[in-house]
Amino acid sequence: MKRVKLDATLIVLIILIAVIVVSAILVASVGRNFFSPGNITDILTGMSVLGLVAIGQTLVILGASLDLSVTQVVSIASLIGALTMAGSEGNIVLAVVITLAACAAIGFVNGVIVTVLKVNGFIATLGMGLILQGVLNTYFQGSAGSVPWAFQLIGATGVGPVPVSTIIMLALAAIMWFLLNRTRTGAHLYAVGGDHEVARLSGLRTKAPLIAAHVGCSVFAGLAGLLLASRLGVGSPTVGEQGGYALLSIAAVVLGGTLLLGGRGSVWGTVAGVAIFAVVNSTMSVMQISPFLQDVVRGVVIIAAVAVYARRVIGSRRARFGGKSSQPVSVVEAGMR
Amino acid sequence: MNVMKMLVSPRGAVFLLLVVLLVAMISLNPRYGEPDQFLRFVQRVAPVALVALGQYFVIVAGEFDLSQGSLITAQVIIAGNLVGQDDTKTIPVLVGMLAFGAAVGFINGVLTTALRIPSFIVTLGMMLALRGGVMWWTGGAATGNPADSFRAIGRSGITDVPVLGFIPYSVLVLIGCVAIGIWLMKRPYGKTLIALGNNARAAQYAGARNWWVTTRAFIISSTAATISGVLLVGFAGVHPSVGVGYEFTAITAVVLGGVVLGGGRGWIVAALAGAFVLETLFVVLNFANVPSTMRDTVQGVIIITAVAYAGVAFRSRRKRGDQTTSPESGEGPDTPVASSEAPALASEGASHTGGQ
Repeated sequence: MKRVKLDATLIVLIILIAVIVVSAILVASVGRNFFSPGNITDILTGMSVLGLVAIGQTLVILGASLDLSVTQVVSIASLIGALTMAGSEGNIVLAVVITLAACAAIGFVNGVIVTVLKVNGFIATLGMGLILQGVLNTYFQGSAGSVPWAFQLIGATGVGPVPVSTIIMLALAAIMWFLLNRTRTGAHLYAVGGDHEVARLSGLRTKAPLIAAHVGCSVFAGLAGLLLASRLGVGSPTVGEQGGYALLSIAAVVLGGTLLLGGRGSVWGTVAGVAIFAVVNSTMSVMQISPFLQDVVRGVVIIAAVAVYARRVIGSRRARFGGKSSQPVSVVEAGMR
Repeated sequence: MNVMKMLVSPRGAVFLLLVVLLVAMISLNPRYGEPDQFLRFVQRVAPVALVALGQYFVIVAGEFDLSQGSLITAQVIIAGNLVGQDDTKTIPVLVGMLAFGAAVGFINGVLTTALRIPSFIVTLGMMLALRGGVMWWTGGAATGNPADSFRAIGRSGITDVPVLGFIPYSVLVLIGCVAIGIWLMKRPYGKTLIALGNNARAAQYAGARNWWVTTRAFIISSTAATISGVLLVGFAGVHPSVGVGYEFTAITAVVLGGVVLGGGRGWIVAALAGAFVLETLFVVLNFANVPSTMRDTVQGVIIITAVAYAGVAFRSRRKRGDQTTSPESGEGPDTPVASSEAPALASEGASHTGGQ
């Protein structure tokens, strides 16, 4: 088999373009314009919440962990945010700080369970998700709190066809890209995710980067929760569950070319993966496909898109010392381990 | 003494937990001590235990099956729609459901092995597709219960048995499946499966047909979910929410049983015990007047604690140089395959190295 020298992110972009082309044709076939500002706004709005969660999920997956508790973190964040704001504009900053601090604390506990107690990330965060779900069930019966108008504007306004929430998401993606590629903790996260044992033998502190990744993941889920609160005007204990964010964000991350085994991938791939989802979703609703059939299509798209590059050599070695000698190295791919 | 040592060891922890929980359950409600009531309890555990049994095969091979819950939902609705009130259709539909389940497992397995898509993603896609597909077919509405002869498998049993009183069919089904499972794991197939989960490439060099071994694990998992669905039709009836979340319960049960995510280590009986631990826990929480809303929280704490304890106990034992158990460290299974970039192996094992 001839090796195809394509960067994973590039493949995702090609898939994204292909999806957009197919969608544009399908949308045109029912007499609508895919590139109309309204449709673009729809797609970009659809990207923002899942985008935030998926950027966070990218961090933990790069570290060869997982976070299944994001669903509940999103709900809790929306509630803490809305309850602290209590409809008053003066409380916005305080509410955002408290919410993100609470989420960071959850992420820290996740990280400690994974690194210090050495519980598999899948189980640790599944357990944390259950713990938080119990808290949600016990203390919140329905929507609570209220969000002042000034905060609702974040979810409602836009610059031209681009919603503010999407701009925030993309800006944060850029920051995460910078942190991952230009800071020591970022490089260490890739190293720990790529091979924990080699990283340890090389003298890295393997716990710190992974804990940082978990904190980051929960904070991003918290931001997504705040954004949802801003859209809904209230906090809701079920908003995370309705979105199914845990599994969908993992799917988006893998769709974006990040290895589930950790160590390889990029934030931009994830954003492209989320964009694929958003385009498919918007096209299906324009085409008025039954919501049940939409799930079928989503399932098929996830499998098909990942299949496109799952057979390829995805793991070109990360560039060393900023050099251009990124030499493709074959990587054994044995599914999720 | 030996038994005590075994019970506090990581492998035995799940049995210790099970004994403690069973004692707690029976002391909180002595009626569970009667054979008749106890068997009824086992009857309720049977569907979860079956799903965990199936999940065990997939996890020990180093994969995941997230589609089990959706498959149960799909099968339950298929049964409701196809059997109807016609007793004569019971057998053909049962056979059809088993075939459908096996087909789903086959597709999962082939997509995972032939296309090398991570099984997490394959079965996640399958989960969405199955649930959506069945809902689309039925319009999202349940259509009543199937004929009594079909439901009898899950809800009735042999009456007037001396001593035991009443033996539910589902208990017999469970015992049969467990026996088959243990038998399979003792056969070359089981040994190959564990070898493959431990180190896929080594298994391949040893002559295993990896794709078929893994695919069969998926078929077993889906078949187990199907049987579980048949039992659930009996005592839960037909409803689109039957089966929701079973995949995570099953994975939790298997991991509680000390089976390592990533494959290669774990005992099928312990996985079964894990399922019983979870269900007994629910009953105990019920009797102990824990508010139903807090049950998730307690479950989460116990899962994390149990797995953390097993890991810590395992490592401390290794530090003491006690090599009676498997010589691999807790985090071991996460490392080997991903890092095997040795050039010689990479060119030789081309068919399993992402191609060259």
